[in-house]
Formats: sequence, structure tokens, C-alpha cells
Amino acid sequence: MTDAVVDYDEALQTYDPVMGLEVHVELNTKTKMFCGCSTVFGAEPNSQVCPVCLGLPGALPVVNASAVESAIRLGLALHGSIADWSRFARKNYFYPDMPKNFQTSQYDEPIVYDGYLDVEVPTESGDGTEVFRVEIERAHMEEDTGKSLHVGGATGRIQGAEYSLVDYNRAGIPLIEIVTKPIVGAGSRAPQIARAYVAALRDLLKALDISDVKMEQGSVRCDANVSLRPVGTDKFGTRTETKNVNSLRSIERAVRYEISRQAAVLDAGGTITQETRHWHEDTGITTAGRPKSDADDYRYFPEPDLVPVAPAPALVEKLDETLPEPPAQRRKRLQSDWGYSDLEMRDVINAGAVDLIEQTVAAGASPAGARKWWTGELARRANAEGKTVEDFGVTPAYVAELDGLVKGGRLNDSMARQVLEGVIAGEGAPTAVADARGLELVQDDGALEAAVDKVIAANPDVAEKVRGGKLNAAGALIGQVMKELKGQADAAKARELILAKLT
Amino acid sequence: MTDYTRMTAADIAAALAAGETTSVEVTQAHLDRIAEVDGDVHAFLQVDAEGALATARAVDEARAAGQELGPLAGVPIAVKDVLATEGLTTTAGSKILEGWVPPYDATVVAKLRAAGMPILGKTNMDEFAMGSSTEHSAYGPTHNPWDLDRIPGGSGGGSSAAVAAFEAPLAIGTDTGGSIRQPAAVTGTVGTKPTYGGVSRYGLIALASSLDQAGPCTRSVLDAALLHEVIGGHDVMDSTSIDAPVPPVVEAARKADVKGLKIGVIKEISGEGFQPGVKQLFDESVQLLVDRGAEVVEISCPSFEKGLAAYYLILPSEASSNLAKFDGMRYGLRVGPEGVASPSAEQVMAATRDAGFGDEVKRRIILGTYALSAGYYDAYYGQAQKVRTLIARDFAAAYEKVDVLVTPTAPTTAFKLGEKLDDPMAMYLNDVATIPANLAGVPGMSIPNGLASEDGLPSGFQILAPATKDERLYQVGAALEAALQEKWGGPILAQAPELAGKADAR
Ligand SMILES: [Zn+2]
Repeated sequence: MTDAVVDYDEALQTYDPVMGLEVHVELNTKTKMFCGCSTVFGAEPNSQVCPVCLGLPGALPVVNASAVESAIRLGLALHGSIADWSRFARKNYFYPDMPKNFQTSQYDEPIVYDGYLDVEVPTESGDGTEVFRVEIERAHMEEDTGKSLHVGGATGRIQGAEYSLVDYNRAGIPLIEIVTKPIVGAGSRAPQIARAYVAALRDLLKALDISDVKMEQGSVRCDANVSLRPVGTDKFGTRTETKNVNSLRSIERAVRYEISRQAAVLDAGGTITQETRHWHEDTGITTAGRPKSDADDYRYFPEPDLVPVAPAPALVEKLDETLPEPPAQRRKRLQSDWGYSDLEMRDVINAGAVDLIEQTVAAGASPAGARKWWTGELARRANAEGKTVEDFGVTPAYVAELDGLVKGGRLNDSMARQVLEGVIAGEGAPTAVADARGLELVQDDGALEAAVDKVIAANPDVAEKVRGGKLNAAGALIGQVMKELKGQADAAKARELILAKLT
Repeated sequence: MTDYTRMTAADIAAALAAGETTSVEVTQAHLDRIAEVDGDVHAFLQVDAEGALATARAVDEARAAGQELGPLAGVPIAVKDVLATEGLTTTAGSKILEGWVPPYDATVVAKLRAAGMPILGKTNMDEFAMGSSTEHSAYGPTHNPWDLDRIPGGSGGGSSAAVAAFEAPLAIGTDTGGSIRQPAAVTGTVGTKPTYGGVSRYGLIALASSLDQAGPCTRSVLDAALLHEVIGGHDVMDSTSIDAPVPPVVEAARKADVKGLKIGVIKEISGEGFQPGVKQLFDESVQLLVDRGAEVVEISCPSFEKGLAAYYLILPSEASSNLAKFDGMRYGLRVGPEGVASPSAEQVMAATRDAGFGDEVKRRIILGTYALSAGYYDAYYGQAQKVRTLIARDFAAAYEKVDVLVTPTAPTTAFKLGEKLDDPMAMYLNDVATIPANLAGVPGMSIPNGLASEDGLPSGFQILAPATKDERLYQVGAALEAALQEKWGGPILAQAPELAGKADAR
């Protein structure tokens, strides 16, 4: 059954949305949170397990120091406070994927508290951007669960399945959960802010190099809490929690949908049930999951198998020195270095090409050339083939080389595209491809002049037009010259020559 | 012919080192003794003759080849069934783990193997170490070698009984609220609970993680010290294990000197409500220490009276969480609910737990689940943790005045099997003197200090030391042991009734 929804803009006339975002991040540590097992993604099921992460009787956890360092670095990058003493707790509940039937997590004593992340969003009027500050309540460490595979049913869900298999490779992978304070004042931009926040967080995690940030593999997952309150009131409404949304676009859509759905319920005089909801990517709706109630008693208590986490101030200080330049600041610096317009820079960011362009420029390309290739031809092809630009095997050094060939006058644009074609096909570096394919602009002025003379002679009408001042008509002659020289002519030079002869 | 089952581990080790015997001979002697008497005692859940003899042979060969061996190499040992043994069934006395063969060794077990000690088998215990009488084992009770109709103490009754019945010179026990010391007291043996974190808990099937501690069950204080040195020390696999060298316990046991030591008698646990014979032996033991040059001070530890209540909130709380993994999904028992064609995971789990857990375990899981639940946490678990802090403070204040504290180990001698089964509270009271040490994490030892006048059964004398000062237990324990043996003209177990042939007579 599909729920009723109210038009989004209409909903915002009556209600003011309040959001809370919980982002789970899988860390890229080499070993798991509490044991020495490998964390490599996609291994043979149950090949990366030991008595500890299988929760075998008697096994004990030991905290992964590198995961703690990742959490501290993230906390510092989020302008948060680092607890000088924090603790793990047990969250007790039954779950077939969870070997101990409790999750070891930080409950009321997280390692990071009180931070913020500034995100850039369009202004309300839409004619520019402004900074919106999302306050962070806390960031805490915990372990991931295993994964079930339900076999024999039509849906892949447990209902109707003949049997279920469990893979514990993921059980015990370190997670950080970042929880915002209630986000108020977002108004109609709530969905955009949610998206921008997760995007900014993702960029930060990437810059810190503490996660693979592969949302499609579930290494970053967002739970979105949304509630509505009548415009002008202060009291928070009842919230729903949409679980495990794992793409930026889905986060925006899911928040937007929940606002429309909840508004419909409230408009009809109903009340919102506090519950978890599932996001459906295909239909763009959420459906009710488990109701949250007092029965959700996790019986938290301090994990007696682990000593408290008490990072030394010297360690925190040392980690502070390892923080990268904040992504937003870095982008501003690069934009100014490269001389890109705001629009050009946004294209580059959307194409995820900032790092590639930086490396390409570093390899000797012009910023304009680097941008042209990465956000143009390569991005277009990747998009069309459903790949990422990295999949093509085209390196920043190759693009810089290609740019050099164009700038140096050896190739024109269409020839350069052919060379790129060859690079993607695995024929080697751009120069080698150009050599092998015999691609080179005709540098011999005599041959060009001869071709120009021939074309003028063959097209007296066009030549007359140009003589008469219709300079645009020269284009047709240039085309003929290119044809004459099998495309290997410098179009600018040909135009120069034609105009010189006719005017 | 020398009877190696009647010797202390230290003497066996000396005979092995001197080439007077072999580990195979010693191990076989104990296996024979087990075959002879364990039908009556039921100290063992499983005997691994093959494994023990294989280790014995390997040690004998190594010794013959002139290899450097540890002090207890070749001396056989029994291990409480709560410690994981690779390739050897480990059940924690529960049906829910019947037939479970761990793919790994507990650190303590790995250390025994590395020390070349043949493992004779796994000893009986109260299910998941819950109990004070070993009557809560899913595999039937262990009998006290002093009187087969009586309990051997609990939860580690199997380990202490094996040592008292000369089935093993040494055994490993675990002590959560007194499960090494209380069985030691009622079987006339020595039992030590080291400082919390002094011996790794890795591979010890957890009852209450913040209280559990493995330690030695032996027939002499020196044996306990030798074993303590083998199993103690830091373990990277246990984050609560102490990162410091093992205290000099063997040196202290050999010193056996109490001159100038200050000994505190805890007013609140010094005999009020204790069996008169037990109280009398305690007073006599204190006097023996005074005779040997110790100074006695009376100490008040007012919080100790709340220890039992706090313990019976903390233990079930942690246990309820620790036992949640036994759900019939991955290992051990799995039971499908009756009359349900395609049961849900929850139904299988409920049926498995119903069939696999005994009454005492169920009782404590329910208690712990309740104590941890939202709305009750502060009133129960939270308060209990506060009591724990107060008890630690009482200990700290006491140790500013004295070097060790002493009490009777248990309020009574061994009671009859079945006598207190229907009265959990009476059963719980047995641990009143031992529990404070677990709550505070300090080390404790029980040594046999005589036979109570009214029933002729063994009584225990408890020594408690500050955390990480385990050597003081051995120093005082060895001094008292020497004084007592002088009085008795030999070890107290020499006075135990002969078991052989008992089975036929009964
Ligand atoms: Zn593992």
C-alpha cells in the first residue's frame, strides 16, 4: 500500500521539518575492530573470521588502536572535543547476523562529542550559495554485524526462503557513527542540506583517508530522522527513522518523501508513529518497518571485557598535525589557482575530478586542458558506459601528455580524441598511439598552401562570398582543405591562409 | 614402589628432574587412580588419556635429549571444563555445549601445553560456573572425597575434588565469587584466586567478565605458586590482563615467613554466624601466625555486608549478556520447537535455551535481564557498581593498616548433596567471605586449616592481599601451612578416608 503524500512545497507552507542524521562509516583499517582479521571487501564468505569475531565461547575483544586513531582524527576534523576517557558498552539484542547477540558500541561515553560541519547549499532564493552549519552531537566507535543471505525465496528476503546463510566476514569491521544534533531552520532546503551534509562528510572522510567511502558497497550509510512541526512552533514532532540510505541522491529524495508523507498524515488529522522506515530506491518511497517502543530495551552496560579508551593528550596532538587541508578550503584554493569560474568548478566537483585534475596539472597540463578532458570526453564516456573514469586506465600523466600534444600543435581536437580512443583501447601512451596511428597535423606550409589554392580554385562562388566580406563562408573552404589533407591540417592555420589570399 | 599420586607437584617435578621417574609413569599412575576412584568422585567430565600420555612422552623425550624444560614439565594437570581446549570437548558443565570441540586453546591451556604439562582431562563444574556445590552440573554432581555424600564445593568442585582424591596433583579452577577458594576449603586443598587480570581470561567461557579469574587448585602452597608462575602474565588477547611481570610467588612460598607482618582480621567476616568448629579453627590459625611473629589487628570493612547483594546483581547482569550467544545458531545444541513445521529463528532459540540451560542458569539470566533493563538499571546494576566502589575503598583503607586480611573461607564445612538445592539463598550465603575479593579484584587464597570438631570435615583459612601483591598470599599461606603440618605431622589430606573400594561398599 502506498501512503498518501502532500505536494512538497505545500507541505512546507504548513510544517517546519526537523532532521537528525546518523551516518555509519566503515573504516578502512587493515584489521577488524576487536581482532586481527582482515577487512578486505568481497573475500570468500567466512574466510576472514576467528574465535573473536565469531564470538566463540571464551574469546575476548581487544580494541584496534588504528580505529581509535581514525575516530580521533575524524573528531578533530569535525571541530569536535576528544574525550580523554571513553568506554565501550554492550548493546544487547538478538540478531542472527551478530555472533555474540550483543553489539560492542560506545553508548553514553563516546570518543568524540560536540563538533560541527559546514556545508555549502544554494541560498533560499537560489541565486547563490551560502554556508549552513550542521552541529555534531557525537561520533562513536562500534563494530559491524555479519550479513545474511536468504536462499530459495523469490524476494531474497527471509520470508519464503528455504534456508539462510550467514557470512561473518563483515562482523567486527570497525564503524564510526556520526550523529548530528537536531537540524532546525533548514526549511524547504532540508533535503538538499541532508545531501550536502553527507557529501561533505564523505569528502572529509576521503581527505582523511580513513574510509573507502564507497556508498554503493555500504561503507557509508545514512539513517535519516525526520519530524515535522507546525510552522512557528518550537516543540519537536514525532520522528521516523529511514534506515540505511546509501546514495547522495537517495538521501535527498528520502527526506523529501518523508516530509510529504508525514504532512499528509498530519493534514488528515493523524499522528506520526515513531518507527523505522525502509527506503525503496526503485519507487522512491519509504515503507513502515519496525515500530520503536519501550520494548526496544538494549540493556546497555559498560563492556567488562574492554578497558576504557583514554587517548593521551600527546597522541591527540600528534594526530591533529596529520589533518589534511579541509576539502572546502582546498577546493577554493584550487579554483583560484586554476582560474576556473564557479560553474566550471562545480562541474569538476560533480564529476569527482578534483584530485585527477590536480594530478594532471602537476604532471604538466594546463588547468583548462585538464578540465576539458576529465569533465568532457572522459566523463561523458564513463557516464554512457556506466563506469568511472578510473576504469579506463587513463592516468593523469597520459592526459597531461595528450594536452601537451595539442598545445604543441601536433594534434588537433579530433585527432586528440582518436588518440584517447587508442589509449583506452590499451594501445599505450598518447605519443605512442599518435605515432602508431599516424596522427599528426600537417606542418608543411607548402602542402597547406597548395591545398588552399586548389580549394579556392575549385569553389569560385564561395571564394567570391568571402572576398565580398562574408568571412563566415571561409568555414566551408576550411572544411574542404581538411578533407584534402585527410583531417591532418591545422584548421587555424588554414583559415589564416584562406583569409590572407581572399581579403 | 613410589606412589606418585600421593606426592606434591613440586616433589614430582624434582623426581622427574632427577631422572627417578618419567612423565609417562607419573601420568599413567594418575590415569590409573582416576580409573579407580572417579566412578565415585565424578571429578572428571572427560579424561584424555591419549593426549596426556602423548604430552608425557614428548616431555620425556625432550628431557632425554637434554632440552631446557620448565619447572613443572611432565607434571600432569586437570583443567576445569570452562576453559577452551583445542580438540577436546568443552562444555562449561552445560547441555547447551554438549559435544562442542573448540578450535582454539584458552591462553591458560596454551601455557600449560607450552610448559609440557600433560592434561589429564576436563573437570566437572556447576553449569557455566553458577553455583557453590557442583550440583548444578548438567552432567551430575561431583562428590566430596572426604565424604561421598557431601558436596565438593562449587563451582569448581571437580577440580578441587580431583586434587583431593589424588586423581591429579594439580588442577586449574576459575573463581568468580569464590569458586576456587570455597571448594578448596571444603576439600582440604589449596586454592588461589590471583589478582584480577593476573592470569589471562582468553578462552575462559565467561560467567561474569569483570569477576572471573582462573587460578591454581593444589595440595600445597608451593605447588600453587609454581602453577601460578606457569599460567600468569600479560596476554595481548585479553585487554584487561595486567601488563606487568608475574609477582614473585614461588620465592614468597619458599620464604614462608610472617615475622613483622601485620595481619588484619575482618570484623564483619570473622566468625559471626559461622559453624563453631570453623570459627574455632580460624582463631587457632590466627594464633599460629601470631606465634610465628605476625601482628594481628582487627579491621572493619562495613561495605562487605552489602557485597553479596551487589554480587548477585552484577553477576547475573553480565551473565545474561555473556550467555546470549548460546542461541542454537552456530554451535552446540540446537532444538526445534515441538509441533512447529517451519520455526522462526526466535522459536528455535527459545526451544534450544529451554532444553539447554538448567534452572539455576535460567534463574540468573532472568534476574540479570531484569537488573539491566531500562528503568531498573540505576536502581540495581548502578547501585551494585557503587557498592563495588565502596568495597574497593574498604580494602584500600584496610591495606593502609595491614599487609594481608584473613577470614574463614566458607561459613561451614561441606554440606550434604541436595541439602540446599531448593534454597538458592542459603546456597548463595556460602560465598559471603569470598565475594568481596572478586568485586574489588584483589587476590585471595584458601588453605586447609584443620578438621572441624563437630563433623571432622575440612575447613579453610582465607588470606586476602592488595591487588598485584599476590606474593603476600604465598608468604603467609606457606607459613601457616608449615605451622599446621608441624602440628598434624603431615599434610591434612593424609587424614582423608581411603576411597578405593568405596564404590563396591556403597
Ligand atoms: Zn576475527
